[in-house]
Amino acid sequence: MITFDAVTKRYPDGTVAVDRLDLEAPTGEITVLVGPSGCGKTTSLRMINRMIDATEGRILLDGAPVQDIDPPTLRRGIGYVIQQAGLFPHRKIVDNIATVPHLLGWDKKKARARAMELLERVGLDPGLAGRYPFQLSGGQQQRVGVARALAADPPVLLMDEPFSAVDPIVRTSLQDELLRLQAELNKTIVFVTHDIDEAIKLGDRVAVLRVGGKLAQVADPKTLLSDPADDFVREFLGRDRGIRRLQFISTEGLRLRTDMTGDAAGPWRLVVDADGRPTGWVSRERPDELEPYGTFVRGRDPMRSALDAALLSPSGCAVAVDEDGKVVGVATRETLDEALAEAADG
Amino acid sequence: MGDGPPSIWEWIARNWDTGRVGSIKNLLLDHLTMSLVPIVLALVVALPLGLACVRWRWLYQPTSGLMNVVYALPSLPVFMLLISVTGLSQTTVIIPLTFYGMAVLIPAVVDGLASVPDHVRQSAVAMGFTPLRRLISVELPIAVPVVLAGLRVVAVSSISLVSVGALIGQGGLGGLFTRAYQNPFMPPVIVGIVLIVALALVADGLLVLAQRLLTPWVRARKGAGS
Repeated sequence: MITFDAVTKRYPDGTVAVDRLDLEAPTGEITVLVGPSGCGKTTSLRMINRMIDATEGRILLDGAPVQDIDPPTLRRGIGYVIQQAGLFPHRKIVDNIATVPHLLGWDKKKARARAMELLERVGLDPGLAGRYPFQLSGGQQQRVGVARALAADPPVLLMDEPFSAVDPIVRTSLQDELLRLQAELNKTIVFVTHDIDEAIKLGDRVAVLRVGGKLAQVADPKTLLSDPADDFVREFLGRDRGIRRLQFISTEGLRLRTDMTGDAAGPWRLVVDADGRPTGWVSRERPDELEPYGTFVRGRDPMRSALDAALLSPSGCAVAVDEDGKVVGVATRETLDEALAEAADG
Repeated sequence: MGDGPPSIWEWIARNWDTGRVGSIKNLLLDHLTMSLVPIVLALVVALPLGLACVRWRWLYQPTSGLMNVVYALPSLPVFMLLISVTGLSQTTVIIPLTFYGMAVLIPAVVDGLASVPDHVRQSAVAMGFTPLRRLISVELPIAVPVVLAGLRVVAVSSISLVSVGALIGQGGLGGLFTRAYQNPFMPPVIVGIVLIVALALVADGLLVLAQRLLTPWVRARKGAGS
């Protein structure tokens, strides 16, 4: 566990970057620091591995003040991922990943084997091992950055806007990858971002900081969305806070209609192939034309996905599928409405 | 071939290795010494000075200012001044050439280290490199292409500048030019120019080769960019 105990960072010119921050990042969880620029989130992160030293207060790593640990030693035990990956351009990918094992004096073979293992673990082709960073795409570089941070198996991982510099599609896949890795590794992760959506997606706990380095609220994402502490947090969460809450509402109990595929269906009928997978909607007016459809995996995807799927179809209905992609039913406007009304109450 | 002047090939054959100080071979060796020694010395001195200028930023302006003044000094009066100390020796040529080299290489070292991207330096710090180890295994290797580019300039200009030393009798192949004043006979001049240009090309070629071997990642970078 990482504990901030009344931590203040004041610069010689009087600027206060972090103001009496009390915060806990529990072991094995992702704690996200989020806030506008100038809120001291990166400064807070860097005080953990002493890239910046706190002016007042203490930061404890499993009870031990970081101020008492020699910085290089401290840092070798903490993984660190930054925005542009920060890979060494003059070193091959495998050597980049093996950086910390190398610093720790691991046997060369062991370090290399570990690097190759991690390369695969973060979803990269082992054939990239002998390349140089500039031969990789931004997303691939960022994966290498994560692999490098994990190389010596540190219990703590610090991530400073690691996915901000890549395009949205790559960002989404990197976020999913991080969640998948975290499910296996259970690291104590402190993640800095200015993107509230990212914070809500990744965080077990989200700490919202305001300009001047004051903690506005710390809570799990669902609580944050339903009970923002004050106007600042409410505003920071944005106008579509209600929509985002749907991210945390299960589609498990969503009522589905199963009579939309047959001839008895209303103005819209769902066409299903021999395997039971959806192929499209047809309308009564134009029975020869397949219209687009949206799906969600019932029970796994949240209500937000179901609503999204409904909005994507001209029929206004969302197709519920199982993990294999087979149709299990259809959520109509009516059934979605019931679920939304329930969500608003709860 | 009668009494006419000898052809250039005959002249070369006759003067290549006479065993005397002024043979072409000896001039070539002198030329190599007086150009290579300053190149190496300049690099050896510029590296720590450049590092000091990066470490203590305030040093850089005065150092580069001084170096530029030295670079602007005409070589002839510098030779005259040095003769009183080092006499008509090769050292009198080597010293100013070393300073000229430093004038190019100190900024090259400083720029090379400045070419290390900030996120790379930050991540090296964050991974637990000690400052010395970071310098040796991250910052200096990344500075190599810029330093080598400076070294190429220094190598070619040193090789060419040595000939000025002929004015004090220490010009290596430049000695072949001064003879033409006394005796309007072209072969020595042509041989001198060809050999100096050839030396410069060989030195440059070797440095390009060194660059390819030392920094394969620079070519990789260009490949990825295209």
